[in-house]
Amino acid sequence: GTAAEALVGQVVLPGDLLLLPAHYDEDAEGERLRLSAGTAPQGRLLCGPGLRRSGAGLLVTKCGLLRHRPAGGGAYWVDSQQKRYVPVKGDHVIGIVTAKAGDVFRLDVGGSEPASLSYLAFEGATKRNRPNVQVGDLIYGQFVVANKDMEPEMVCIDSSGKSSGMGIIGQDGFLFKVSLGLIRKLLAPKCEIIQELSQLYPFELVLGMNGRIWVKAKTVQQTLIIVNILEACEYMTAEQRKQALAKLSGT
Amino acid sequence: FMQRGLDSQTKKQLEEEEKKIISEEHWYLDVPDLKEKESCIIEERSFLRCEDLVYGRMSFKGFNPEIEKLMIRMNSKCKEEEIEDDDKMEADVSDEEMARRYETLVGTIGKKFLRKRDQRVLKDDDEDDEAEEGNSNTRPSKRAKKMFLKPQD
Repeated sequence: GTAAEALVGQVVLPGDLLLLPAHYDEDAEGERLRLSAGTAPQGRLLCGPGLRRSGAGLLVTKCGLLRHRPAGGGAYWVDSQQKRYVPVKGDHVIGIVTAKAGDVFRLDVGGSEPASLSYLAFEGATKRNRPNVQVGDLIYGQFVVANKDMEPEMVCIDSSGKSSGMGIIGQDGFLFKVSLGLIRKLLAPKCEIIQELSQLYPFELVLGMNGRIWVKAKTVQQTLIIVNILEACEYMTAEQRKQALAKLSGT
Repeated sequence: FMQRGLDSQTKKQLEEEEKKIISEEHWYLDVPDLKEKESCIIEERSFLRCEDLVYGRMSFKGFNPEIEKLMIRMNSKCKEEEIEDDDKMEADVSDEEMARRYETLVGTIGKKFLRKRDQRVLKDDDEDDEAEEGNSNTRPSKRAKKMFLKPQD
């Protein structure tokens, strides 16, 4: 294998073994004392999506670009592109209510199984005060249970019991699907696409990590324009996008 | 094996025999204990912990003011440490209005608890302050009323 630091920002393929610096090596515990205190990081290394721990290093399981974050003990992950979503704990997603089964709603989140959402998992919900959720509604929530052995479960409150923006998404608006890589690009801090779009019209946007985006603007035409730009952003370069936006703001 | 009237001694013997049988049947590993290695690598399947992503709900140009407030709150929580700005919170009533209200409020409630004589004093004082100087005739007569008038013989 090759050293992990050498491949940061380059394409890696499944099966590549990345070697980590000596102070992460589990077998070399005795040697840790010999290394100077400055080089050993404080926290633990985070092995993100696309990578698996294997013996002395990390094994790549997805093809993509290797990314590294030195802060907080360091993190390595593979920036890969896919359209199919796999539920992950802690992710905020948009789900469509497909069925009501007693006390639990079944939501379609684009994964292999429908997720379950209890009616008590809303802010201010009690047994008598049930939330007004109908089949076909859109819900923005996060996963509390999401692994390959169990059915995924969602909630619409955070750990302190507040909704903080989650819950039923309102009327009107337009829901469409994009690839997961674009969502992460849009959610990056100071995303240019979002900044440029925000100069156009007033609108509201909800981004789900499962590839679903919901847009609502004042008129249907404005909504559709925003939808088309977001869908096309995947394959447009920055200049093409700026040209398209300039044309729109001109008309 | 549970028999009535079994002596405590025989009971103990039976228990010991049972334990012996059980312990002989138990399997145990003849391998020295493995030291649990403290791993320095955490596996994580979520992109949220790796990258610094903003909150997924957004609103622009005042389309949904609640979401815009939420955006500021959620995104500042990630960047800065939570500093509670309770003093700077938007108040429904401004400070000046509060001061004005309190001025009058304290007076009106205070009056309620005065005895009757004091109330009359207060009332006259108010009227004196408000009335113009044209009422100078009435003033001495009012003041005269307050003082004890010796009944004329």
